[in-house]
Amino acid sequence: MNTILIYDGTFDGFLTCVFVSFDQKLKDVNIVREQFFQDTFFAKKETVITQKAKADRVWVGLKKKIKPMELSRLYYAFLSESITVENTLFKAIQYIFKSDVNVASNFANTHILEISKLSKSVGREKHRMEAFVRFKLTKDNIYFANIEPDFNVLPLISKHFKNRYADQKWMIYDLKRNYGIYYNLEKVDIVTLEFDAKYNPTHTSKDIFCEQELEFQQLWKDYFKSTNIVSRKNLKLHKQHVPKRYWKYLSEKQPN
Amino acid sequence: MSFDRIKEKLNILADAAKYDVSCSSSGSNRTNKNKGLGDASSSGICHTYTEDGRCVSLLKILLTNHCIFDCAYCVTRKSNDIKRAAFKVQEVVDLTINFYRRNYIEGLFLSSGIFKNADYTMERLVAVAKKLRLEENFNGYIHLKSIPGASDELMREAGLYADRLSVNIEIPTEKGLKLLAPDKNRADFLKPMKKVKNEIIQYKAEKKIIKSTPKYAPAGQSTQMIVGASGENDMEIMYTSNYFYKNFNLKRVYYSGYVPISYDNRLPQIGSPVPMLRENRLYQTDWLLRFYGFNIEEILNENHKSLDLDIDPKLGWALRNLHEFPIDINKADKRMLARIPGLGMKSVYKILNARRYRNLNWEHLKAIGVALNRAKYFIICASNEYEKRDLTAEKIKGLILQNSKSKYTSTLSNQLNLFG
Repeated sequence: MNTILIYDGTFDGFLTCVFVSFDQKLKDVNIVREQFFQDTFFAKKETVITQKAKADRVWVGLKKKIKPMELSRLYYAFLSESITVENTLFKAIQYIFKSDVNVASNFANTHILEISKLSKSVGREKHRMEAFVRFKLTKDNIYFANIEPDFNVLPLISKHFKNRYADQKWMIYDLKRNYGIYYNLEKVDIVTLEFDAKYNPTHTSKDIFCEQELEFQQLWKDYFKSTNIVSRKNLKLHKQHVPKRYWKYLSEKQPN
Repeated sequence: MSFDRIKEKLNILADAAKYDVSCSSSGSNRTNKNKGLGDASSSGICHTYTEDGRCVSLLKILLTNHCIFDCAYCVTRKSNDIKRAAFKVQEVVDLTINFYRRNYIEGLFLSSGIFKNADYTMERLVAVAKKLRLEENFNGYIHLKSIPGASDELMREAGLYADRLSVNIEIPTEKGLKLLAPDKNRADFLKPMKKVKNEIIQYKAEKKIIKSTPKYAPAGQSTQMIVGASGENDMEIMYTSNYFYKNFNLKRVYYSGYVPISYDNRLPQIGSPVPMLRENRLYQTDWLLRFYGFNIEEILNENHKSLDLDIDPKLGWALRNLHEFPIDINKADKRMLARIPGLGMKSVYKILNARRYRNLNWEHLKAIGVALNRAKYFIICASNEYEKRDLTAEKIKGLILQNSKSKYTSTLSNQLNLFG
């Protein structure tokens, strides 16, 4: 009979589900996040409680079978939050454990290929966020940025920003998932903020941001305009590189 | 800092610098040290793209657009009646730091018109880089222009602070240079380039013995050539490019389709289209040389002096060398896989990986992302279906053009009309 495993949406939670299915030798498994769970009569339901030790055992087991790059592909794919990603990952992990040799790069397998595609999308989004984050300096001397990425990339970009902006306090806040990362000159913490009802994330309010902030945004906007070669105009290419959904928080794309 | 004054200077000096196409911020290995600002060790990042679709990764400006030279192809030439401006060293430093902290840019690309003389100008450029590195503890990317004719001492110092140095030779041939920039001579371009090349070689040798040897231009050197200003053919351009890659260990050669900016009758007139398609074909050739293992003689030679505009250079080569095909996807080595039209290096690696597990057929190739509309005439795989007709090169080309849509279709038909 089909078993539905319900978990909390964390990566460790998912790995715990994998552990549970292997442990109980479950045949037909459907792994679902709490938030997407819909009750049905035709399946056995089980809520899986995240256990770090079990999750680690699965991860260590995978580490022995496949290369680091292939391992990170699994994690990247998970962060895509695609509705069926758990089952794709589960089938791929089954396939990996079942085989004697390392098959994690066998792109002729549909699950492996699907994971490679998902991880590519997430990787692209990660790179885009490293490029498109626009910090604004607040009155408290914190460089603050809002983002709304398609995928959950904050865990992936934190190291990049920590290495780069080691001497300034900064915060990147994902408004879609309502959490952020904050660097206090020592380490990066995960934070959740309560925004004032009047807070407008695209507006640079004088109450929150430092006096020169708008001036620098204006300089950057001007630079963006001056460096364009009009006779080579190619808006299609422009939009391909900077898709419209990201314009909202790009200083150079704000109306004057 | 007076924002109005800075704003005006920035507009003038960014506008004047925009014809330099290089904006790469990759290839360096400078990491953040002592909890300073910036890190240039990752691969490059394009922070935004202008409306012409070009990457903006560095704050690209001139220190000044005052210039003692009168090169016909250049907007800042002495005889051109334009607004002139000059940044102070500190102003460039402040702009760079403030843009960098807001994650607008990867670093600074600083070039300059030549005022007084080469050394005087180079000294100012070096001063900016030095200040950023030593006073601001800035570890972002710095690209400095080597001023033609600058002294060896200054070039040595420049490399200690910059990640990349570049001299634009602009005109591919000496006769072209004589015509358009009579004040300049090629030896002046080569002198700083040679110095930097030797310093990099020396740095790499010393680094092996003493680990703490200070970095010297870790992202190497590059140069740029203008395409379509002085009547060179593709063969002349690519052979020059090949010469620079081979003899100066350049990281990149950039090709910049000439944007008409003057009524000088030695040059294409204002309003004539920028040769973007040709520029694209030159870049494709450049890639074939650097990543696909082609020799320049295979693509351009006495019998074949220009690149085809309607098809890419690899397809062009394949059609001239049909005797090398068809290639068996499941058996061929990497070198030959890379030569199949419609396969990029990523597909090549995916094929090499995937075929270790099983023989690949058309479905697999399609899933991998091979452009089968081009590749299918040149390959066989684990399938009974393959191109069995004995097609001529002309016929294959016709079939491919019929079944594919190029983003340049409109440009192409325009250009064909012009000359046809």
